[in-house]
Amino acid sequence: MSDLWSYLATNGGDVLTALVQHIWLALLPVAIAFVLSLPLGALVHRYVPVRHIALTTGSVVYTVPSLALLLLLPGILGTSVLDPLNVVVALTLYSLALLVRTTADGLDAVDPTVLQAATAMGYRPVRRWFAVQLPLAMPVILTGLRVATVANVSMVSIAALVGIGGLGQLFTRGFQLGFYLPPIVLGLVLSVTLAVIADVLIVVLQRGLTPWSRAGAR
Amino acid sequence: MIEFEGVTKRYPDGTVAVDDLSLTVETGQITVFVGPSGCGKTTALRMINRMIEPTSGRILIDGDDITTRPEAQLRREIGYVIQGAGLFPHRTVLDNVATVPILKGVSRRDARSSALGLLERVGLTADLGDRYPAQLSGGQQQRVGVARALAADPPVLLMDEPFSAVDPVVRDDLQQELLRLQGELGKTIVLVTHDIDEAIRLGDKVAVLANGARPAQFAPPADILASPADDFVASLVGRDRGFRGLSFADGNEIPLKTIDHGVDGLTLEVDADGRPLGWRGPDGLLPTEGSFRDGANLRTVADLAILSPAGAAVRVDAEGRADGLVLLEDLAGNVRSQQRERLAALATSNSNGEAG
Ligand SMILES: Nc1ncnc2c1ncn2[C@@H]1O[C@H](COP(=O)(O)OP(=O)(O)OP(=O)(O)O)[C@@H](O)[C@H]1O
Ligand SMILES: [Mg+2]
Repeated sequence: MSDLWSYLATNGGDVLTALVQHIWLALLPVAIAFVLSLPLGALVHRYVPVRHIALTTGSVVYTVPSLALLLLLPGILGTSVLDPLNVVVALTLYSLALLVRTTADGLDAVDPTVLQAATAMGYRPVRRWFAVQLPLAMPVILTGLRVATVANVSMVSIAALVGIGGLGQLFTRGFQLGFYLPPIVLGLVLSVTLAVIADVLIVVLQRGLTPWSRAGAR
Repeated sequence: MIEFEGVTKRYPDGTVAVDDLSLTVETGQITVFVGPSGCGKTTALRMINRMIEPTSGRILIDGDDITTRPEAQLRREIGYVIQGAGLFPHRTVLDNVATVPILKGVSRRDARSSALGLLERVGLTADLGDRYPAQLSGGQQQRVGVARALAADPPVLLMDEPFSAVDPVVRDDLQQELLRLQGELGKTIVLVTHDIDEAIRLGDKVAVLANGARPAQFAPPADILASPADDFVASLVGRDRGFRGLSFADGNEIPLKTIDHGVDGLTLEVDADGRPLGWRGPDGLLPTEGSFRDGANLRTVADLAILSPAGAAVRVDAEGRADGLVLLEDLAGNVRSQQRERLAALATSNSNGEAG
């Protein structure tokens, strides 16, 4: 335990940098994927052929091991192996594969009679999308967002294996120092804490955005 | 007035749901489309607010072809109520009701405050306004659905099986409530149902539709009961149509006997205030089995007369004091002459129709 504190005292700055980088590398891809998944999910929901293509592509993306993807991307993107962009792109792809699916599922789950009622009341399509369809799909969409965020926080650690920052660096450091525990434990605790905080934040967001989804379940 | 002019709807798969329908819905009345499942009622109804476009023919509202107006604008002038209400689950009751006024540009605040008034109008308490639909009973949801359709005060109301999803007791309440509201509002209502009893109760005019929305009969409910146009209508109307038809006749048309009129050795006994106690005779005091007031229909009166040991229904005034008797034989004579008049009138109008 005292080892842990002394490690933190001497390497505090590095740990903090790694933590901040970890947060960026984990959350930026989720944010990008979330924004992209709304229109893409809508297309998947709406057009059957798009659905087949998108969901198959998504499954394939998911089966590519993350390490392999991180090593392949520089060749495809023309980036250097150490470029954090590789991680952002890789994780965006994973998140997108998940979020497009959950967005489409969320939209599928909206009661069609409610949408018809909206149309019959005089909603034009765009307004109906934002005022009725999207809010009603939100509970499922946010559940997807929650899974993607937590998964990203843990997957970023892999980036250290290809020499990119984040809390994973603490693991590689520990192994290089002959299974020296303090950085390993620290990395573990911090990344788990980060995942838990992200999870809680999304649950809070969910409660704030969709108070109605718990109504009636009393 | 809503006019269907030779309206046909053929779905892409070839199903002809509505086949050359021509029919006029009168302003300020409840017109009911009734018929078996799949006969095209919903399709016919939804063409009025352009949720479905006809394959051919046209629909006019107050003389104007509905296709001349933008869809969304047209729909905001037409209230729409569906089975199960179709409320927005993510909006509170008040916000649900305020929907169309807000779409029409009323401020959220004003729309919500008038929504509050509407809730009371449809028989809900104001404290339900902040609930979500999932926190209401089926009957309450349906009332909110009606309030939402009425919120922008549209002249026309379309209702597709509005009361099918609730139990019979609640349905009865809702039907009564609709008639009361319509008495106040006088909207042009088109209501779709597969329940002939509901059609007869609610309709000023009833269109009995066969497959392809072909009107087998389009007439006031009393006429449909008295004289179904064909076997299809007769089978749909079902049993007891003579007795059911009595509910459209006024119970006050029958000459009253005074309350001291004895029947077969029975005389009506009243208390000190004049309220009926029972029929006094050789077997002691027998029950009256109830009484009726001014405004009761003939079905109620006939029922009381049948149940009464004296064959006489007791009428009471507002204070509950007996003020007259309707005897079964007077009732029978009245029913006979009314039916004769009605059939004669229908026969004349039918032969005129055939001639013209
Ligand atoms: N979108 C559609 N595509 C193809 N056929 C349809 C479509 N909608 C309805 N139909 C068919 O058109 C006919 C009339 O349907 P409609 O929904 O108008 O009947 P309905 O009288 O309202 O029946 P119900 O009492 O069961 O609601 C039916 O045969 C139905 O199967
Ligand atoms: Mg229908």
